[in-house]
Amino acid sequence: MRPARFDYLAPTSVADVVSVLGADDSAKVLAGGQSLVPLMNLRLAAPTQLVDINQVAELDFLRVADGDLHLGALIRHRRLEFDPEVARVAPILAEAAGLIGHPQVRNRGTVGGSLAHSDPSAELGCALLALDAEVTVQGGTGRRSLPIAELFDGFFTTTLEDDELICQVRVPGTVPGRGWVIQEYAPRAGDFAVASVAACIDLAPGGGCVRVRAAAGGVGPTPIDLGSALGELVGETELSEGLLRHVASRAAEVIRPAADLRASAEDRRDLLQVLLVRALPAAWTRAAGSLSNGGAR
Amino acid sequence: MREIALLVNGEPVSVEVDPREHLADVLRDRLGLTGTHKACEQGACGACTVHLDGTPVLSCLLFAVQADNRSVTTVEGVGTTEDLAPIQRALSERHGLQCGFCTPGMIMQALDVVGRANGGLTPERVRHEMSGNLCRCTGYVSIVDAVLDAAAESSSVAAVPDNEPTQAEVSG
Repeated sequence: MRPARFDYLAPTSVADVVSVLGADDSAKVLAGGQSLVPLMNLRLAAPTQLVDINQVAELDFLRVADGDLHLGALIRHRRLEFDPEVARVAPILAEAAGLIGHPQVRNRGTVGGSLAHSDPSAELGCALLALDAEVTVQGGTGRRSLPIAELFDGFFTTTLEDDELICQVRVPGTVPGRGWVIQEYAPRAGDFAVASVAACIDLAPGGGCVRVRAAAGGVGPTPIDLGSALGELVGETELSEGLLRHVASRAAEVIRPAADLRASAEDRRDLLQVLLVRALPAAWTRAAGSLSNGGAR
Repeated sequence: MREIALLVNGEPVSVEVDPREHLADVLRDRLGLTGTHKACEQGACGACTVHLDGTPVLSCLLFAVQADNRSVTTVEGVGTTEDLAPIQRALSERHGLQCGFCTPGMIMQALDVVGRANGGLTPERVRHEMSGNLCRCTGYVSIVDAVLDAAAESSSVAAVPDNEPTQAEVSG
């Protein structure tokens, strides 16, 4: 089983990658290759030119600046899973990374690749949406940054221009009083999530909820922002069973699930509510714990 | 076609490849290293796991050109028939292989799991770390036991190097 023929290029700078992409609109970027190469093996994708970015050193960085986590597009999921700085500044990302595929896939798969592939069931996009991450891309007309919500356009589709390359992601760092959780339902470990939920809850020192951010994966053409459905939690000092079920059912109205071999749309609505009923109290408890120990994890 | 240079199991190799050839194909068809197995060719089964610069990767999802100037370790580079590596011995003793098709991939992933174990390996952790390797004979219990045995052996070896006195001997 072999992919269709292609020309292979391995530039060493973002500028060179962008100029190749600008000259050939059927060229594809090869990062970790854990989604693209299976598609090529099945000949569902047959790019004429493959632009391998693994030797672009300027895309391979992970640093913390001004309290935020800055991730180069080439950071591998495995690094997110185990890096102590990620665990400190954006712990939900470490947990999300551990849910992506299998260890061998995480050893190669990259942050930029996952976002560009735009699989609506991808854990990373879901977690980064709940974190309000910002994506920086470079194309023929220069660099621009956009909120991650504006990156996802639809099923396996981004809003990027043909010559634009995802270069980095800025992830706002966690703050004292913030609790986070990511949960998913998948039939087997490492499988694509049938439904997933990432949530961040901020509690004020008095214990009241001041902010809720959440996103769901696998239940629409893109990761779905659940913020509007969960707004009623703001101002509450405790998470009652009734309120929890109420906001979960509102969230089930916001999503746009499709049916496939693994689950019907109705199953996905049910799964989302089950996941939220588990996830929100877990995030709330962590937020309260963060307050009581001075903001440490 | 382009010429690439690889370090395969410690031996420098130079081979001409088509960019669309997977590393697994080059290892098997050009270099005769048929221990690396191909099954799903979609990154789902783990049978083609090899080490690229020491990290387990799926050689059905890596083009050989991407491994240019890098080091590749396959199952042929692990132990010998006379002197099995601990994970190979443990798989044998625990009956951790039946048809054996998945075994090379299991060994390559297990080496990494054992190498990073740091004494803290649990059966749950082994299952999580080995979840990318499928055994269609479903002999998972024996495989998990073998990985735990190999980890226990390597941590006791690390704690008491062969030619050094133990802590008890030094202080006693």
